[in-house]
Amino acid sequence: MSSETKQILTTDGIPLEISLKKAERKNKIKAFLLVAPLLLFLIITYIFPIGEMFTRSIDDKMITNMLPKTFKSMETWDGKELPSEEVFASFLSDFKILVEKKEHGKLAQRLNKEKNGFNTITKKLFRQVKRNKIDETQSIKEQIMKVHKRWRNVEYWQAIKRTAPPYTSAKYLKAMDMYLNEDNKITQVSEDRRIHRILWLRTVEVAFFVTVFCFLMGYPIAHLLATLPMKYSNLLMICVLLPFWTSLLVRTASWMILLQQQGVVNDFFVMIGLVADDNRPEMMYNKVGTYVAMTQILLPFMVLPLYSVMKTISPSLMRAGKSLGGTPFVAFWKVYFPLTIPGIGAGCLLVFILAIGYYITPALVGGASGTLISNQIAYHMKTTLDWSFASAMGLMLLGGVLVIYWLYNKLVGVDNIKLG
Amino acid sequence: MSKNTEFVKFDKVDKSYDGKVLVVKDLNLNISEGEFITMLGPSGSGKTTCLMMLAGFETPTNGEIYLDSNPISNIPPHKRGIGMVFQNYALFPHMTVYENLAFPLRVRKVQKDEIDKKVDKALSMVSLSGFESRMPAQLSGGQQQRVAVARALVFDPAVVLMDEPLGALDKNLRESMQYEIKHIHENIGVTVVYVTHDQGEALTMSNRIAVFNDGKVQQLSSPDKLYEEPVNSFVAEFIGENNTFGGEVTDISKNVCKVKLQNGEILANPISVNSKGDKTTVSIRPERALINPKDKMDNNQTGKIEEVIYHGDHTRVRLDLLGNKEFILKVPNSSNELDLKLGNEIKVGWNSQDARALDPK
Repeated sequence: MSSETKQILTTDGIPLEISLKKAERKNKIKAFLLVAPLLLFLIITYIFPIGEMFTRSIDDKMITNMLPKTFKSMETWDGKELPSEEVFASFLSDFKILVEKKEHGKLAQRLNKEKNGFNTITKKLFRQVKRNKIDETQSIKEQIMKVHKRWRNVEYWQAIKRTAPPYTSAKYLKAMDMYLNEDNKITQVSEDRRIHRILWLRTVEVAFFVTVFCFLMGYPIAHLLATLPMKYSNLLMICVLLPFWTSLLVRTASWMILLQQQGVVNDFFVMIGLVADDNRPEMMYNKVGTYVAMTQILLPFMVLPLYSVMKTISPSLMRAGKSLGGTPFVAFWKVYFPLTIPGIGAGCLLVFILAIGYYITPALVGGASGTLISNQIAYHMKTTLDWSFASAMGLMLLGGVLVIYWLYNKLVGVDNIKLG
Repeated sequence: MSKNTEFVKFDKVDKSYDGKVLVVKDLNLNISEGEFITMLGPSGSGKTTCLMMLAGFETPTNGEIYLDSNPISNIPPHKRGIGMVFQNYALFPHMTVYENLAFPLRVRKVQKDEIDKKVDKALSMVSLSGFESRMPAQLSGGQQQRVAVARALVFDPAVVLMDEPLGALDKNLRESMQYEIKHIHENIGVTVVYVTHDQGEALTMSNRIAVFNDGKVQQLSSPDKLYEEPVNSFVAEFIGENNTFGGEVTDISKNVCKVKLQNGEILANPISVNSKGDKTTVSIRPERALINPKDKMDNNQTGKIEEVIYHGDHTRVRLDLLGNKEFILKVPNSSNELDLKLGNEIKVGWNSQDARALDPK
């Protein structure tokens, strides 16, 4: 064929491609309009909040707006010795404005987060300013330094300077149990305070094992569902779906009834003599409870994709495998199992992603050793009100899920997923 | 080398799925080595069940199946060494053609170079050399079917079972595949048990045909005998086209009997009637009844033309003859001098030899 293919014309002499585009434009517009409400909904409820979360998690503008002059004059300061008179003066003028607006407390709080000890010295300075004890005709530097000895310590001024940039990665570092030290180096917090890393690891571990348990239990069920005659499989399907129709809280609560130390399961163990009555094992408020309850709750998400894939596998394939000389195991392993991989992939991905962000169940049955990172996020959302920290952790979770998705795509291929 | 005439033997086999209905009733069937035998019958007649019992996917409720004189009821399917071609091919969709064919050899731990040789041979047998690395989904229906046949043969099984293998193909392809399978069978001499509900397929391909109905073998004989000499009215009806008259035997001798119909009387060949007064269905093949016969025939009747259907190579004429309004004649296209007009009365004649008096319907 020549490289210059002749342009094909329609009967009316219009180039075919143009004519085709024209004919399809209407359909495209229609299709877009049909999708538009959902798109709008997604943008409003998904893209915006995530963007908002992201800005919140790195936002440090509050203090930048509080001390504009200070930071301006600090630009020329090398940060090694105490800053110049000019810096002190602009700090005082910024501070006075804050006092007038009664926002000096916020400043103290923010600075105290950066370095302990700011609270006291800011209060002292506030009292001096309130009583108009500072004479602006004299050296402001000298006067401030007299307020408290820490104002004479260069480290505190360094801390102020560190807060100058409007954006900060502090929240992300904190979520990894790290912080920026005086020299702007990423440092780990002392060992006894590293709680987040444990939580992250535990979250991944729990999600992983819940996925494994769901797979081990869901695969045979899905197989049975796909091969049983309709009248039995419908009944079984209802059993699988029943948990879906029950409130998550009710299900979790019923697990609490079952698993507690005086609960049904323990009573049964005592009754059959597996454990002594005064030595009942703790099955709740620890990881065991989290595993059991989460596996049960997430099981349908494993069974359904597996079932939908297995349903399409013709039973004659297994027969073919056997008639060709494969033992039942070989026929299963070489023929049936590879064909269910799309379902396994979809089910595992679904369960893992749901498990990694699971919240209510670990909160109720997890106890101290069974809580996950999502509980920590909720804690900061509701109790400490450190929303930027919660946002940072939420985004890290989202990032983690995206990484898993990407890895999965590399290993199995997203096209191979079959969700139903 | 004398061939084993009881290579596969069904001995008093019964099969029931629910304990109430017998799907297969007292089946006795011998298949000799190298034979191409077809189980033919309408759906639900038990033919596929027989095949599945032979393959090992169903167990006989009673009786025993022998393969080369060994009872096989307790041998699991994978140890029977029987090749099978499935209705929907059952190619492994995640394996290439090569891997599909290599599967039965690999599970038998055949050496790699031996596998290559055998796969090569099997593929060239179905004229698909060079398709080794294709996936089944990239093949047409006919090619998939050939791969399935090659896969069932590649490990040199003693018996190959085929369960309506051509059912999913279009007519032309089906016909060419029929010849292809027949030739493969002739070349390698493997025993083939073939299941189909398509009588044309059965007649073209088989050495012998077992006609199934209602869980029983109605007739087991060669294709020509089956067509020419059906032993009962079911077979006569099921194989080919058939004109029937219901009546009562009024006179019977060795080779001929008189059958009284509702309005008329004909001479017929007594097959399953024994004495006067027996009810019977007389069956005549459409091509055995001639219009305006030149030779002398012992049945001569007059019928009215009800319908004329042009079929290209022949014309089908529907007559109202002796009260049967569905009497079909096949007129070859060469005899165009005939005046076939609706409503015309024409003379029709046939020999009593070709009118088989069978069991009543």
